[in-house]
Amino acid sequence: MGIVANFDLVNRKLKGFKGRKIEAPAFKAPAGKRPSGRALDSFMGWRRENGRMGVRNHVVILPLDDLSNAAAEAVANNIKGTLAIPHAYGRLQFGADLDLFFRTLIGTGSNPNVAAVVVIGIEEGWTKTVVDGIAATGKPVVGFGIEGHGDISTIARASYVAKEFVQWASELPREKASITELWVSTKCGESDTTTGLSSCPTVGNMYDKLIPRGIYGVFGETSEITGAEHLCRARAIDKKTGDRWYKMWKSYQDDVIEAHKTNDLSDSQPTKGNIAGGLTTIEEKALGNLEKIGRECKYIDILEPAEAPAKGAGLYFMDTSSAAAECVTLMAAAGYVVHTFPTGQGNVIGNPIVPVIKISGNPKTLRTMPEHIDVDVTGVLKRTMTIPEAGDALIECIVRTSNGRFTANEALGHREFSLTKLYRSA
Amino acid sequence: MANPHLLVHEHKDTVGVVVVEGLRAGADMLCVRTCDNSDFHLKAKMDIPIGHKVALVDIKKGDTIWKYGQDIGKAIADIKKGEHLHVHNVKTKRW
Repeated sequence: MGIVANFDLVNRKLKGFKGRKIEAPAFKAPAGKRPSGRALDSFMGWRRENGRMGVRNHVVILPLDDLSNAAAEAVANNIKGTLAIPHAYGRLQFGADLDLFFRTLIGTGSNPNVAAVVVIGIEEGWTKTVVDGIAATGKPVVGFGIEGHGDISTIARASYVAKEFVQWASELPREKASITELWVSTKCGESDTTTGLSSCPTVGNMYDKLIPRGIYGVFGETSEITGAEHLCRARAIDKKTGDRWYKMWKSYQDDVIEAHKTNDLSDSQPTKGNIAGGLTTIEEKALGNLEKIGRECKYIDILEPAEAPAKGAGLYFMDTSSAAAECVTLMAAAGYVVHTFPTGQGNVIGNPIVPVIKISGNPKTLRTMPEHIDVDVTGVLKRTMTIPEAGDALIECIVRTSNGRFTANEALGHREFSLTKLYRSA
Repeated sequence: MANPHLLVHEHKDTVGVVVVEGLRAGADMLCVRTCDNSDFHLKAKMDIPIGHKVALVDIKKGDTIWKYGQDIGKAIADIKKGEHLHVHNVKTKRW
């Protein structure tokens, strides 16, 4: 029956309720055309004004702050084909926390999956900061401040612009680009022992194949490397970068974990879901997590949260939380256009602007919640599928997704956008 | 190859992962090491859920647990070969 409190009372109210089994209809859509051979070397996307390739063509209505969510959502409701991205912050932030906030909002609007942006803020000062930041990409962006106008006038003015943007964007043609122009991020969630055996090595194999060809990759989850830090440090391109990585990881341990912990963290790392799935310790979780960077790749630089990579193609580490939506939000803000997400117990996450491809090797998850999984690698546990075959299946899914096929999260409407906050506001 | 019941990462490992649903006590498990596809058999001493771990050897309280060929924590109780190994008898060395 789910999670029940005050059982007797609930039981009386639900007397006779046995639940209902929902049978899926037998209909299955004809299989899409599967790309193979040279068709896997390219995709059809949108080339933006700054030269980057996007795989989606969103017109975003971006609130500067929590107060402007209502107006942004009203505009997105007025103008079909636009996408509001409401969030909880943007007021009274300061210092490094404010820098991160602006970097995340500007990065989100700047992502090549976004064609144009309407920014709405309670006042015009910070609204202009976000507009100017996004405008540096060359894409169309307009901002509106609510103060002195009220919601209704602001919604009307913003709606006229949003309509122009969406009609313009909807006529932009896709063009062919090499798969090497993709920026592919990764982070896993609701991990269990099967992720370390199957879905994480699948992502690792994809990176081992595509990073040498010239794509950008990124992994993160600082707290979740604990237990495998000696291995992660050794995967840097050189000793200096490895030492920088270790210093960053150690300062997280000292400044965040040691400063704030009230218990032994056994309920957060691993999480309850991880433990239910069979993971026992943070070390075990970390070793499975690190399978995502494969056998060959070396990371070339360490990024601040939401920082765009600046050292050319290759694999990067980003200093992020291990919370799924926060991490994917930060990677999207850094400019990554497709996300690969291994899951064991069945995380349902999505993102508003970046398709999130979920990979699972857990047969129970594929049986109980298959609608959330894009790439089934259960064969790896049965020894009927090799890791290189699983990596190829993921690459095929990345190409199809980049060509426009909806991922499970897009079809199901999962648009989690979670800002990372460094400390409380003023 | 028949479908395995238990997967083990490396030769050094002292635990394996159940990869089938509904594993019952007494089951004769086909165990496969993913590093080189070598296999062996082991009897499950209890019902163990999919994704959960089984001790491959007798483990003493205080012993290091090895998986991926790496240290994943320590035993906080004696664990017999074929028994369920999880948070009730193993803990991190970290926090």
